[in-house]
Amino acid sequence: MTAPLRRTPLHALHGELGARMVPFAGYEMPVQYQGIIAEHAHARTKAVLFDVSHMGQAILPIEAGAALERLVVADLAGLETGKVRYSVLTNAEGGIIDDLMIVHGGYYLWLIVNASRKEVDFAHIAAHLPEGQALTPKPDLALLALQGPAAADVLKRFAPAAKLMLFMTSETLRIGDVKCAVCRSGYTGEDGFEISVPADQAESLARMLLDEPEVMPAGLGARDTLRLEAGLCLYGHDIDEATTPIEAGLAWTINRRRREEGGFLGDETILRQLVEGPARRRVGIRFEGRAAARTDAPIVDAAGRTIGTITSGSFSPTLQAAIAMGYVAAESSKPGTAVAALVRGKPVPGEVVPLPFVPHRYVKP
Amino acid sequence: MSVHFTREHEWISVDGKVGTIGITDYAQKQLGDVVFVELPEIGAGVRQGEQAGVVESVKAASEVYAPASGTVSAVNESLADNPGLVNADAGGEGWFFKITIADPAELAALLDEKSYQDYLGTLD
Repeated sequence: MTAPLRRTPLHALHGELGARMVPFAGYEMPVQYQGIIAEHAHARTKAVLFDVSHMGQAILPIEAGAALERLVVADLAGLETGKVRYSVLTNAEGGIIDDLMIVHGGYYLWLIVNASRKEVDFAHIAAHLPEGQALTPKPDLALLALQGPAAADVLKRFAPAAKLMLFMTSETLRIGDVKCAVCRSGYTGEDGFEISVPADQAESLARMLLDEPEVMPAGLGARDTLRLEAGLCLYGHDIDEATTPIEAGLAWTINRRRREEGGFLGDETILRQLVEGPARRRVGIRFEGRAAARTDAPIVDAAGRTIGTITSGSFSPTLQAAIAMGYVAAESSKPGTAVAALVRGKPVPGEVVPLPFVPHRYVKP
Repeated sequence: MSVHFTREHEWISVDGKVGTIGITDYAQKQLGDVVFVELPEIGAGVRQGEQAGVVESVKAASEVYAPASGTVSAVNESLADNPGLVNADAGGEGWFFKITIADPAELAALLDEKSYQDYLGTLD
C-alpha cells in the first residue's frame, strides 16, 4: 500500500510550465520541463530555478547547538551567525543517517535535510534534545534553488544585497516584497542561492524569478546530472547508514577540533578510519564511451576482479561521456587506476579520476 | 511500402524484404534526451520480440526489441556521434537498423498506424 504522493506549493506552476512529473521521496516532482540536457546546459551557462520544497526544513533554538553537535561531525560551537555548514548526521556505527545544511540564524539554527530522510532525521534529533529544547519542523516553508553563473545578477535586481553575499553564508532578504531566508549555496557546483519562502508566496516568487530572461525552470533530472558532475553525494545512493563520512570522502567536513575531541555518534569508528584509512573509498570514474554505468553496476579491475560497486552514474552533458561515482577497495582508488564497470554484463572501460568531474565555481572570499 | 508498430513502441518500415527499424515518436518523448544507442552487429540474427539493442536516455537504459525476425543488413552509423537524431526525427533520420525479413507472415502480429495510435490513447 503506497501513500498518495505529496505536492509542493509549486505544483500548479509545474503543470503550467509543461513539467513531466515523477514520484520522488513521496512527492510528485518535476523531472524535466524542456529536457534534461537543455536544462543542465542552462545551469552551467546562465541560471535555472529548481523547486526543492520537498526537502525538510526545521528550526532549533540556538541553545540546542550543543545537543546537535553530538549528532553531527560539524563544529557548531565555531559556527558564526550568518554562516552555513554542510554536514552529516551519523549513527553509533559511524554510518551516515543523512547529509544536511545547518545555518546559524542568530537566535536559531535552521536545518535543511533530504526529503526522503526528514521523518527519520527529525525524530532522531528530537530524541537527543534535552528537556525544554524542541525541534520545530517547518512544513509551511517552500524552498527554491536559483543556480548558475547568472544567479547573482538575477537576484540582485530584486535584492541588491544578494550580490554581496559569500558562498555558504545566509541572510534574510526581501526579494521584491517577499521576506525570505536566503543562503548563497546549492548542489550543482555553480554559484547560486537557496531561498526559503512561506509556501503561500512561493509561486509569486518563482514566477518573478522565471520572468527574468536568464532563468529557466529545471527539474530533478538536471539536478542529478549537475550534482554528479560536481562530485556531490546523493543520499541513498552514494551515502547511507552503512557508509562512513571517511569512506565517502567527506573528511573535510570534520574540522581539527572535532577530530581531536570527537564527541559525536560513531566517533570511534570515524576517527580511527581517519587515521588508518578506510578499506574502501568513494571515487569518480570517467568512461571512454557514452554508455552509462548506473547504480549497483559492479566495478572490476584490470584483471576482471570485482573491486566495488557504482552508486551513481549517468551521461555527463558537460563532458559528453559517461561518468559515475562508486566505492572501490582503497588500493584501487588512486586517480589513473584503470577500472571497468559491468553494464548489461559487458565490461565498459574507464579510469578513476579526481572529483569533481567539472570544477566548482563558488564565490569564495 | 508499409509501416507496422509494436506495443513496445518500435516501428518497422517494410520495403520488399528489407525492414527498417526504429522507435516511435511517443517512445523518444517518454525517454527524453537520447545519449547512447547500442545496435546489433551487421550479419547478426534477430528474432521477433527479442532484444536487439539498447537505447539510453540521461535517466535510464531501455531495451529495443526486434519487431520481426531476420538478419541485420545495416545499422545507422550516425547515431554513434549524434544519438539526438532519435529525438529530432524518431520516425526518419533516427532509424536504428535494417534487417532482411525472414518471414513476412510475422508482420501480421504487429499494429498498423491507426491501431498503434488507438493503443497510445489507452496509455495514461
